[in-house]
Amino acid sequence: MDTTGSTGAYGADALGWFGGAGAFGGRFMPEALIAALDELDIAWREAMADPAFTGEFERLLTDYAGVPSMLYDATRLSEHAGARILLKREDLNHTGAHKIRNVLGQALLTKRMGKTRVIAETGAGQHGVASATAAAYLGLDCTVYMGEVDTERQALNVARMQLLGAEVIPVKSGSRTLKDAINEALRDWVASVDETAYLFGTAAGPHPFPSLVLSFVRGIGDEARRQCLDQYGALPDAVAACVGGGSNAIGLFAGFVDDPEVAIYGFEAGGDGVETGRHAATIFAGSIGVLHGARTYVLQDEDGQTIESHSISAGLDYPGVGPQHSALSAAGRATYLPVTDAEAMDAMALLARTEGIIPAVESAHAVAGALRLARERPGQTILVNLSGRGDKDMGTALEYFGLGQAGTRGQGETK
Amino acid sequence: MTSSSAAFARARSEDRAALVGYLPAGFPDVDGSIAALKAMVEAGCDVIEIGLPYSDPVMDGPTIQAAAQQALDAGVRTTDVLRVVEAVAATGTPTLVMTYWNPVESYGRVSGRSHQRSGAERFAQDLANAGGAGLITPDLTPDFAPEWIAAADERDLDKVFLVAPSSTDERIAMTTAAARGFVYATGVMGVTGTTQATAAGVAPLIARTKALSPAGADLPVGVGVGVSSGAQAADLAVKNGIGADGVIVGSAFVRTLLDHPDDRAAGLRALAALTEELAGGVRA
Repeated sequence: MDTTGSTGAYGADALGWFGGAGAFGGRFMPEALIAALDELDIAWREAMADPAFTGEFERLLTDYAGVPSMLYDATRLSEHAGARILLKREDLNHTGAHKIRNVLGQALLTKRMGKTRVIAETGAGQHGVASATAAAYLGLDCTVYMGEVDTERQALNVARMQLLGAEVIPVKSGSRTLKDAINEALRDWVASVDETAYLFGTAAGPHPFPSLVLSFVRGIGDEARRQCLDQYGALPDAVAACVGGGSNAIGLFAGFVDDPEVAIYGFEAGGDGVETGRHAATIFAGSIGVLHGARTYVLQDEDGQTIESHSISAGLDYPGVGPQHSALSAAGRATYLPVTDAEAMDAMALLARTEGIIPAVESAHAVAGALRLARERPGQTILVNLSGRGDKDMGTALEYFGLGQAGTRGQGETK
Repeated sequence: MTSSSAAFARARSEDRAALVGYLPAGFPDVDGSIAALKAMVEAGCDVIEIGLPYSDPVMDGPTIQAAAQQALDAGVRTTDVLRVVEAVAATGTPTLVMTYWNPVESYGRVSGRSHQRSGAERFAQDLANAGGAGLITPDLTPDFAPEWIAAADERDLDKVFLVAPSSTDERIAMTTAAARGFVYATGVMGVTGTTQATAAGVAPLIARTKALSPAGADLPVGVGVGVSSGAQAADLAVKNGIGADGVIVGSAFVRTLLDHPDDRAAGLRALAALTEELAGGVRA
């Protein structure tokens, strides 16, 4: 396994800058947290250089999380799309998403650092559930901050976290969504940093989080590249992932960023459509600013106040994005495009009916994007990160498609 | 423009600590914040800190969050903040802006995608034009502040960075070397308005900051975060050369106004009374 956490020419420098000093990333944080971030940075680098740590991490991924996830040739979807679509089945991991990789890495690191408590923020609840799972498994106390709005739309995940022994704190400040949950977790951390580790849920935030999270999720891309070569004898023509904060995407992209012949696409949440202003297409439609400790693309007004994002997918509903994605976009190495709520929900239904796989509504954005790419790239191979499963989104699907009444087939039919 | 160091020097000559008072601009509204801050000046604040309301204030507890949110909900803009600065600075009292970094970086941004980073430059110029003394930057440390340091140095603006109990000696040395005006020592590990700082608790940080400041700079150390009462101000304030050169109070002022939502005059009277109590404290 690659233990450096870097992505070659696209990795961060020692201060956490991507794309050159001052460009993207960095560490815009209260001084009170700098010592903790430095401590984390040093502990992480030492751990990644220690075969005992990396071996234990790999063992947990294999024995506990079900990694490596399979690379699946979605032939019926491909027939429909007009291009060959391969799915990296992160939805089959324990807890149902790629997030388990990140939390197992960070929770192991927490134990190694001698801390006894973890805090986490969560949007859709997937990172919260994954954090609560890792904390339960490794015997750590766990507190999860979740926007009050999200606790309402993802009540089932609140229950999961509670069953796993975590305390879930509804955040009532600001827009009461993911960004405010991050603010509240940071406030907790300022006051509790001696015994507490912050399990950051995405490849965003202050240095070293973007690089640290990447080091734990890059297995997605490294495995997919190897599987692609082993199973099909060639690299894909394009890879695609959904991008909110961007951890599943950066994990996938890391495996292919040094293969110039592979096109890289990130699909952001277009919500009601970028033109409506109700979206979360941060790179596509945002501007450069500083949010949650990093310089990156941000949805903000003229005064630099964060604008509330909108998406049917709680996991993509974030007005910032990991700084490495901003750098990849600025460098022209990856392309970021919006996918609307409607396109994503259609893709969710299509995948369910062609392959018998119900994706998370987040991952459905990547599937929808791949369907669009397929029209531009007929007959080519497109590898999609199916980052999570859709169980948690049945409430959304029920409402969107008018499902749930026996005796009908709902409105999600594709044929 | 008057540097805050002048106010600290005057307090020192009177053998006491300086009182630094904070309120967010636009709370309870723009004119209301001007009236409140002027009342605090008249009742004995030596330095004024004007908060720039921001959507994601990670260093602030519930009290200041609520006030800033109220200001934002009412539509306060960065230009309104500068108008408050101008009105308060006209009293002759050194007036700083306390702001998270993004509103400065974004100041005067042309809409759409822009890679230019002259927000710091534009903000510094308009702050200087308004008579503002400088900035306190709770989420900007000197190692990530080259644009601000350059813009401030060109205009002799105060650069007030924070040090914390968790800061290493190396970082305190770096921070004090970059500072102008004073250094803001956070009295507790936590956000504003939640836990109480004590003289014994903060003494090691003050001592380290003094010891690690550049020789001859004589940089004052103000203590904030966790200070709310006259008794506490008295406990923290410098006596016989030991203690804080300045006592910084924010949430307690905000709470005073929040407690009088419907009676502005009563709110101002309560604000003046709290200022006098604290001003008595720094002289005790």
